Amino acid sequence: MSTAASLTAARKPAWTPWADPAARPYVRLQNIVKRYGAHAAIDELSLDIFQGEFFALLGPSGCGKSTLLRMLAGFTEPTSGRILLDGEDVAAVPPYRRPVNMMFQSYALFPHMTVEDNIAFGLKQDGVARAEIRARVDEVVQMVQLGPFVKRKPHQLSGGQCQRVALARSLVKRPKLLLLDEPLGALDKKLREQTQFELMDIRAKLGMTFVIVTHDQAEAMTMASRIAVMDHGRIVQVGTPAELYEYPETRYVAGFLGDVNLLEGRVVDNADGLVAVESPHGGRLAVRSHGEVLPGSQAWVAVRPEKLSLSTASPATDVANSVSGRVWDIGYLGNLSVYHVRLDSGQTLVSVQTNQTRLIERPIGWDDRVYLSWDPHAAVLLTH
Amino acid sequence: MLTRFNAFNAVSLALGIAFLHLPIALLVVFSFNESKLVTVWGGFSLKWYGALLHNEALLGAAWVSLKVAVTSSTLATVLGTLAGLALARYPRFAGRALFAGMVSAPLVMPEVITGLALLLTFVGLSLDRGFTTITLAHVTFTMCFVTMVVKARLAGFDRSVEEAAMDLGCSPFKTFFVITLPLIAPAVASGWLLAFTLSLDDLVISSFTTGPGATTLPMLIYSQARLGVNPQINAVSTLLLGVISAAVLLATVLETRANRRRERETAAA
Ligand SMILES: Nc1ncnc2c1ncn2[C@@H]1O[C@H](COP(=O)(O)OP(=O)(O)OP(=O)(O)O)[C@@H](O)[C@H]1O
Ligand SMILES: [Mg+2]
Repeated sequence: MSTAASLTAARKPAWTPWADPAARPYVRLQNIVKRYGAHAAIDELSLDIFQGEFFALLGPSGCGKSTLLRMLAGFTEPTSGRILLDGEDVAAVPPYRRPVNMMFQSYALFPHMTVEDNIAFGLKQDGVARAEIRARVDEVVQMVQLGPFVKRKPHQLSGGQCQRVALARSLVKRPKLLLLDEPLGALDKKLREQTQFELMDIRAKLGMTFVIVTHDQAEAMTMASRIAVMDHGRIVQVGTPAELYEYPETRYVAGFLGDVNLLEGRVVDNADGLVAVESPHGGRLAVRSHGEVLPGSQAWVAVRPEKLSLSTASPATDVANSVSGRVWDIGYLGNLSVYHVRLDSGQTLVSVQTNQTRLIERPIGWDDRVYLSWDPHAAVLLTH
Repeated sequence: MLTRFNAFNAVSLALGIAFLHLPIALLVVFSFNESKLVTVWGGFSLKWYGALLHNEALLGAAWVSLKVAVTSSTLATVLGTLAGLALARYPRFAGRALFAGMVSAPLVMPEVITGLALLLTFVGLSLDRGFTTITLAHVTFTMCFVTMVVKARLAGFDRSVEEAAMDLGCSPFKTFFVITLPLIAPAVASGWLLAFTLSLDDLVISSFTTGPGATTLPMLIYSQARLGVNPQINAVSTLLLGVISAAVLLATVLETRANRRRERETAAA
């Protein structure tokens, strides 16, 4: 984590308040526990989110993402722990007084109101002047492309249209903290990408803080300043998209964001951050690691498919990591080809290659013997 | 539905309907009888309806009944809706089972007992019996019907719309009036109509709790019928029947329409 942070920071002197110990978080969750009966939906969770962040929560169904948002919005009380908003404990602040708006996973549109009235509802509660309500409603309606539907009631809309109304309704008040529970899941690809862009734009313009729940890791990667990967009510790892992708700390995180090849083995040597792993799948593998790994312990070498180079010729002997196998399957994705290579040990590795030539001229075919090699820097050593 | 409609079904249906509705049909038919004799058909006439307009006692009783029904059903609707909310919203509170039982007790309580108990209460409180006591008594026994209807509607209510309203800055109190109430309005309206019809045709409880100058229509009809059936009574009963049928029909229509809309909404969501 520390290496990852310093590496990314070295390349790009970006805005990284989380790396600054003096920065005050806008949202601070301290040891939050939420129990339903004996089941802990949120389990000792602590997290800081900074003003202006686009923070994504990623995790499997039922891991507690919505519960976390509901606690921030004020609908669910934590069993224990504290929530600070802008430095203030919000335990006693009811939902209607929090500077927070939430887009519900179930949309929760008002069935008896038109799209327009649904969106204007929040502004009316604040006593905003009529003309301004009109202008701001029009603005968000345009953004989510709901123009032709403003006079309709929710039951006359499609699922994706309902989702856009819910999004517009939560956006229009421009809250300091906006909570979005799967805001774009029902939209088609084009509209989704457009809306992602608009959301990032609005956030940047108005300086709002966004917390977004999504099941789409590509969406989290494109939009988020940081991502928290959750599992069973806990946060497994928090970091920028690049940190999580390049330096996952566990097999769970590695597999959750993108595809990964895992080669199991045993640590045999650790010298100056260059760890040697003896693996039944590929012999002796070398991997850079700054963590504490004891020789003899079980470990996994994790390599992303695009970091494996594929060739039919045996690589030079000074290549640190090389394994060989037969091409088992080839998936053609237009710009990319995905090669599934069955190693002699029986394990299958995936390698992604850009299609620099046309398919017809592809030099590697089914059942060819191929060599996969990678640099010690390209892999990560995982111990659990 | 799968069973074919055969002769046996047809006969039993006809018998059932006749058994239920023949007496009522007779009453309605004879209200249009030219003859003064209630058992002999003397040709069609509206004269008994015309005569009603000059029957001060009947008109007075109808007016009392209407006032009692409107006042008591409105009060019962307010109280019944609140009780329904409490029962549907707070699954656990001290004395919930007792409260639920007590709210629905009048549904099964013999009317004579309710009437007697209310009479004793009013005497105990030394309330002058009359319009007020009848109205209060009607609130007592019709409220539970409103509670049942409202509670049933709230059982399938998606609370996240209320949360969404509060999230957007609406206080819980205001949320009730701008979100919850409009959404349960059909149930509240049909509860009101139910309470209204129950109040309009109540005889037993009214008789116990009435006082001088507060004779309701059913009480008048009953007392006059004991002196001998008179075609005017048939006419006024037919009108009462008409009002009550209309109210019940309206309540049913409201409920089915609300149900259908809910189905559409849930299908869309
Ligand atoms: N009101 C409740 N009563 C009991 N259990 C609940 C309640 N709300 C949530 N849970 C449980 O808490 C856990 C977390 O739920 P939550 O809705 O936060 O999941 P999620 O991460 O949002 O999942 P999804 O991605 O499917 O929306 C689940 O196991 C769920 O069953
Ligand atoms: Mg959820």
